Amino acid sequence: MATVAAVIASTHHPFYYRASTATGQDRPPFADEWVAKISAFRETLSRARPDVLVMVGSDHFHQLWLDNLPQFLIGKAPFYDANFYNEEREFGLPRMLLRGHEELSGYLLREGIDAGFDLAFSNELRIDHSITCPIITLRPEADLPVVPVYTNIFAPPMPQPKRFVQLGKTIRELVESWPSDQRVAIIGTGHLSLELGGPRQFGPHGPDPEFDRKAVEWIASGDLESALARVSLDSLWEPGNATHGFMDFMLMMGVAGENVKADYADSLDLFHTMEAYFTWYPEGKP
Amino acid sequence: MSRYLLDKFLYTVDRDPALVERYRDDPRGTVAWWEAQRANVILNCHEAERSTWLTFTDAEREALATHDYVGLFELGAHSFLTLTLFIAMFERDYPEPLAFQREYAARLGHWSLPYPDIST
Repeated sequence: MATVAAVIASTHHPFYYRASTATGQDRPPFADEWVAKISAFRETLSRARPDVLVMVGSDHFHQLWLDNLPQFLIGKAPFYDANFYNEEREFGLPRMLLRGHEELSGYLLREGIDAGFDLAFSNELRIDHSITCPIITLRPEADLPVVPVYTNIFAPPMPQPKRFVQLGKTIRELVESWPSDQRVAIIGTGHLSLELGGPRQFGPHGPDPEFDRKAVEWIASGDLESALARVSLDSLWEPGNATHGFMDFMLMMGVAGENVKADYADSLDLFHTMEAYFTWYPEGKP
Repeated sequence: MSRYLLDKFLYTVDRDPALVERYRDDPRGTVAWWEAQRANVILNCHEAERSTWLTFTDAEREALATHDYVGLFELGAHSFLTLTLFIAMFERDYPEPLAFQREYAARLGHWSLPYPDIST
């Protein structure tokens, strides 16, 4: 059976690429500290020696649109082109091409549907910065095949938080039952408190530092019980109007397992958001 | 109420570099053209297989035609779509990084929770 080599959850900040590559007067004062933290975080994936990456993210109204919007979707294609014109325009993100892993995609789709998730699929998916940001931070060589998993954290009505957790648990079980000798890293990105297009956007910190502090604790300690007790579709509007992206962190808590402490946890208080980085090693620390 | 159509306008303009410039330079003309020619195009269907029923309300049309992002917020346009497109059009006019985004926040400063419903 396949091995879950690492479980990784993080925020995805589309400005990282530009901040980390800027030089001279264009380089923001926080860039060096940010690059140092990302370099340490990247090591946590490298040490796990993965062969394939399952990547959980959310399309930001790029290919998926309100005329036909899946709640949960898995890509099944030999390749994924990546990043869109408006991400190039606003964040300076490069166009990318990632290899797919059709066998694992097909396995997760068939077994996931049979396990009670009516998963949508896509045979031609262009992926966006929710998946390319962690490629840039964690595996900039972009040399490993990926299986993209998209969730709807963007457009109401969305699935309940507990459903994200259940999907995470199911993905973990399915990867562990995949008849293969491959080492799989399961990586997902979301947000802590976040406001976009509202009065609390682009402040000196994330819009709700108290929520961020609690959320980091829940994730680092695997405290699904508290997270599920305190978080609802309605409550997530309060820390910031884009905070439903936290449900992707909850999915990853489901992957990591209830009350399983992260082997690596770090955070960085930036303008606009709190960045947070977590790694679990199901086999024990490499 | 046609929040879906507001979002469709923001989405289809934002993804097209030429349309972003056209909307910046001639908002009223672009909105009139778009509503007449593009509003009923189903994005994943052949253009001949159109919808027949989508129109803006007067308030929606006016908010779009005047680049009124506060009005769009209040009408329940999806906040991410509005922000992304307006950054593309107007960030360039401000000397400091994030100055437009901060002004945008300040102009919405009279709002507290709950914000207008964005569900479609």
